[in-house]
Amino acid sequence: MREDDNKYWQENIRILKILLGIWFVVSFLMSVIFVDQLDVIRIGGFKFGFWMAQQGSIYVYVILIFVYLKMMDNLDHKYHHEEKDILAEEKSDQAS
Amino acid sequence: MSLQLLTYIFVGITFLVYIGIAIWSRASSTQEFYIAGAHVPPLANGLATAADWMSAASFISMAGIVSYMGRDGSVYLMGWTGGYVLLALMIAPYLRDFGKFTVPDFIGDRYYSQLARMVAVVCAIFVSFTYVAGQMRGVGVVFSRFLEVDINLGVLIGMTIVFFYAVLGGMKGITYTQVAQYCVLIFAYMVPAVFISILMTGNVIPQIGFGSELNESMGGGYLLDRLDGLHEELGFAAYTAGVRSSLDVLFITAALIMGTAGLPHVIIRFFTVPSVRAARKSAGYALFFIAILYTTAPAIAAFARTNLINTVNNAVYTEMPGWFRTWENINLITFDDKNGDGRIQYVADPVINELNVDRDIIVLANPEIAQLPDWVIALIAAGGLAAALSTAAGLLLVISTSISHDLLKRNLMPNISEKQELKFARIAIFFAVCIAGYFGINPPGFVAQVVAFAFGLAASSFFPAIVLGIFSVRMNKEGAVSGMIAGIVFTATYIIYFKFINPATDTAENWWFGISPEGIGTVGMLLNFIISVVVCRFTPAPPQNVVDMVLDIRVPGKPS
Repeated sequence: MREDDNKYWQENIRILKILLGIWFVVSFLMSVIFVDQLDVIRIGGFKFGFWMAQQGSIYVYVILIFVYLKMMDNLDHKYHHEEKDILAEEKSDQAS
Repeated sequence: MSLQLLTYIFVGITFLVYIGIAIWSRASSTQEFYIAGAHVPPLANGLATAADWMSAASFISMAGIVSYMGRDGSVYLMGWTGGYVLLALMIAPYLRDFGKFTVPDFIGDRYYSQLARMVAVVCAIFVSFTYVAGQMRGVGVVFSRFLEVDINLGVLIGMTIVFFYAVLGGMKGITYTQVAQYCVLIFAYMVPAVFISILMTGNVIPQIGFGSELNESMGGGYLLDRLDGLHEELGFAAYTAGVRSSLDVLFITAALIMGTAGLPHVIIRFFTVPSVRAARKSAGYALFFIAILYTTAPAIAAFARTNLINTVNNAVYTEMPGWFRTWENINLITFDDKNGDGRIQYVADPVINELNVDRDIIVLANPEIAQLPDWVIALIAAGGLAAALSTAAGLLLVISTSISHDLLKRNLMPNISEKQELKFARIAIFFAVCIAGYFGINPPGFVAQVVAFAFGLAASSFFPAIVLGIFSVRMNKEGAVSGMIAGIVFTATYIIYFKFINPATDTAENWWFGISPEGIGTVGMLLNFIISVVVCRFTPAPPQNVVDMVLDIRVPGKPS
């Protein structure tokens, strides 16, 4: 069992590295350090760097969490770590 | 119907809803009182977390701050949302699997040390009180401005409402009131934003509107270009360019992000869901609901700034609209006709500038400035109250659990029964409400300064201790405790020096490496990490049962 848990954890760490890497690039590189360079690009009335700092980064954060949810669902499925759905069970208990 | 009456009706209805929920959701066990029995569905928890998180500051002040800071305002926009990614990926699921009640529970058990538990309790209480004082003041301001009630009476009414549902329902009552409060506050925030966006750019979605062209009647051209132009004309820095150094912006953003991820009243919300997966999912929902407001705020900021400059600059003072007088009466707008020409000069140069506008007005007066219908203005009052009350309740619960559970049950009085513990929790929340109310009526002058404190402390104490506790099996109590203490002492010293002891020197030239007190929490956090890891190397490994616990919380669904 411990062997499996270890592999599960390693894969979990790999997922975190990828997603937090994107998170870092979006938050600190695109929206802070290189914001002036990105401002050269324009989308409608927005300078791209300004848009990343005040809008784009936040959209990326939301997407990252839902991607993480999906990736972890797959990982849990692969290692049979799906949890019992307590709420659904209670509902069916009440129904029966 | 008068504006006054409308406001009373809106606020009255929302308060009745909150009280109704309180009566419906009474808590009967400590588990219900502390974590709502861990039965909250992810969607409801997402809504509650969003309301919990978005305070009077987010609702009333943030758009105003962004409006004045221009692009640099992004430190708050990213700082107060980016932390949710860390929460979702690195903290919430594992702490949910740990399955206890509080953050000090985790710190104390993981580091098998009462000292660690007490450090966590003190930080949790301090951070929460810092925050709650601001909320109560927010309640008072809304009451006095919109209902023309005395500020003190306003605070008392707010206290009574919070007291009612927090004492009766504990976390259960708070959770479901927060769900209702989110709906109220987001509706109140979005309606004026959409109206103004249509009015100025013809675009229904404010997030797109502020990157669009102005209506013909407003002169056409891209709104942000116009705003940059107006700024240049009046001697301000361009709205879409930054003034602060990149390094400082980086450190402030990071401190707010790590602080968010370490704030106990946010983390505690993820103990209320039934499973690890539900914790991940509710973090996603929470950020989605928060993002609706946080992406609208910079749009409001740009609209309001353009509107404000167009309305006031070079206008004849005696011809200013009614809202100008109303806010002038309570000193949130001040005008001093220095050159005696009867016109308002609003420029960057402090010698010539004649107008001072409080930042909070941007959201509160925005509907009036844009001449929106009365019911929209009344809505703002209900929304501001919802934002302040929901956050206050979440914080008060942290204070109460820290005392009844972490301090009494887990440390000083381990033999008390569950019934007694529940009684102590209710007594603690009563006193916490009273102290918060006192701060609301007699606001300490340093509320704005201590916000930096709250985030700096959370970032430099909780965040590294929790993350290391999950991701390093080898981390021991010696490492964690010395790291936390070093992080707190360093951060607190820097902030206290520049904010309280020697505020005159609080300028970029005197800061270490140009890092402001707002951003120093990031350095404290790094220091905490380094000291923890180094001390851990030279001290004994943690006992086997702790190692097993860490390995268990890494895998969902295992008994801990």
